[in-house]
Amino acid sequence: MFPRPIQDQSLLRQRLYKIALPISLIVWLLPMIAIVATAGRSLSDINYGNYWGVPTEWAFVANFTAVFDSSPILIYLMNSFIITVPAIIGALVLSTLAGAGLALYKFKFRFFIFALFIAGNFVPFQILMMPVRQLTLDLGIYDTYWGVILFQIAFQTGFCTFFMRNFIAELPFELVESARSEGVSEWKILIHVIVPLLRPALAALAVLQFTFIWNDFFWPLILIQSDELRPVTLGLTTLKGQFISSFNLLAAGSLIAALPPVMMFFAMQRHFIAGLTLGASKG
Amino acid sequence: MSDLSVGAPVPVRRRQSFFRRNKLVITPLLFIAPAFAMFSLFVIYPIIQSIALSFTQWQGIGPKTFIGFENYRQLWHDPVFWKALVNNIYWLVLFLLAPVIGLFVALFLNQKVFGIRLVKSLFFFPFVVSQIVVGMIFTWFYDPSFGLIAAIIEPLGWTIPSILADENWATIGVIVAGLWPQTAYCMILYLTGLNSVNPEIVEAARLDGAKGWWLLVHIVLPQLRAATFIAIVVTIIGALRSFDLVAIMTEGGPYNSSNVLAYYMYDNAIFRYRVGYAAAIATVLFMIMNVYIAWFLMRLLKSEKGSH
Repeated sequence: MFPRPIQDQSLLRQRLYKIALPISLIVWLLPMIAIVATAGRSLSDINYGNYWGVPTEWAFVANFTAVFDSSPILIYLMNSFIITVPAIIGALVLSTLAGAGLALYKFKFRFFIFALFIAGNFVPFQILMMPVRQLTLDLGIYDTYWGVILFQIAFQTGFCTFFMRNFIAELPFELVESARSEGVSEWKILIHVIVPLLRPALAALAVLQFTFIWNDFFWPLILIQSDELRPVTLGLTTLKGQFISSFNLLAAGSLIAALPPVMMFFAMQRHFIAGLTLGASKG
Repeated sequence: MSDLSVGAPVPVRRRQSFFRRNKLVITPLLFIAPAFAMFSLFVIYPIIQSIALSFTQWQGIGPKTFIGFENYRQLWHDPVFWKALVNNIYWLVLFLLAPVIGLFVALFLNQKVFGIRLVKSLFFFPFVVSQIVVGMIFTWFYDPSFGLIAAIIEPLGWTIPSILADENWATIGVIVAGLWPQTAYCMILYLTGLNSVNPEIVEAARLDGAKGWWLLVHIVLPQLRAATFIAIVVTIIGALRSFDLVAIMTEGGPYNSSNVLAYYMYDNAIFRYRVGYAAAIATVLFMIMNVYIAWFLMRLLKSEKGSH
């Protein structure tokens, strides 16, 4: 193990470590702590310029209620779900198929197609911006949920295919071979042999994609115009204008927007990290 | 031709047998087709279109005029473009602190003590939060009249400039905000990497008297190569893609001092109706990023060949 286990070191070092740990954590999370504290600060504190001092009273409930009452944040949240969920499902279905196609068969240009998916995943969004905007206009899906959903499916499919193909390539190939020798069709092999084994990969990808798509700001900004279709990342910029001097409300709004991916992370941590690090454990 | 005269059942059987004979070629193509079609339509084709657009003058609507390399010539003489490019280099260089700090945080947390799992997850927190939220938080932090930084250092008798409104500080301020989640990302990559470091090799080196720095550099880091590679790739791509934070924190200001290529491109396309010019900026950014994409793919190809 590296570094040397702290238990093997002097008592003094052990004590120092145990003190350093919470201190570093607090410093590291200071921005989050600050935003939580601000979300509970009363408006009178803010008005009197008491931004960081001891709050005179806690107003969490009042602030969160105020955000829900005085802004369309509930609609923004719903929009985020309406966009995120189908986009994840679409990307997972397409990438499971493509990943299996790339991992289980040998054919010409296999690496070339695989490389295209990976490379596409790294491109700067800006080079896609105007043509994709035009494309959604031509398809009649500009300023609808579908524009963002379809784009996210297409774009995220690149990363998901990379992930899926690596995962499927690690599965025991004998399973496929023995199914084939028994005359099982390729489609049934995929559905009944491969997909059940993919559960951990699908979970990891679903969690990861949830945070990616939920937190995305750029594509809704480009493809959505109407306020009532905005997801919460975009909605926050509207709230920023609306709550211009009510930092407590803006802080509460930001927390509400951050909550779903954070909860997802804590509930499915293992999967989330598996998704992030799959690329790092290889190569 | 004579096949046609044989009758209906034969072609059907033929088609079946053709599919069956070639199923190991046809099936993968069918599997890949939907993903490939979507990806081509929304990613590959738009890239080609953007590059084509960069040779035109276009306001977003109305006629496009082909003007050859005129956009690129103008870019060459555009001080804002150069400023944005230099800022992207700042982003790149400073962002590479993320893998370094991430490594040290990972080493710091790589202990088995009570509650360490929770501490690790909390350290990872910033990565899960939207950049928009991160940008807003840091914007408050930096504010000279009610920000936390001012609140902390004013009692000490120091004053800070209005970071995001100061030409010299705006870019740094935005980058620091970006480093926060990026470091968390690199940290998790290294924590996973440290799990797979071979303890026997480390012990053997310790018995030979290796410790501290020497042990880290010569024994541990080589085993973390994969994690380092991914950390550097995602950090570079993240630095070049930087848009959300600039958009929410400074909008490229003051006086374009914190502009980056991604934001300048957006600005030209959406607010200045110079779509061709914007496409040229995007193309330049794309070409820079292609260097890293090629690097990544070459390494991947090498490791693929190695594993077969």
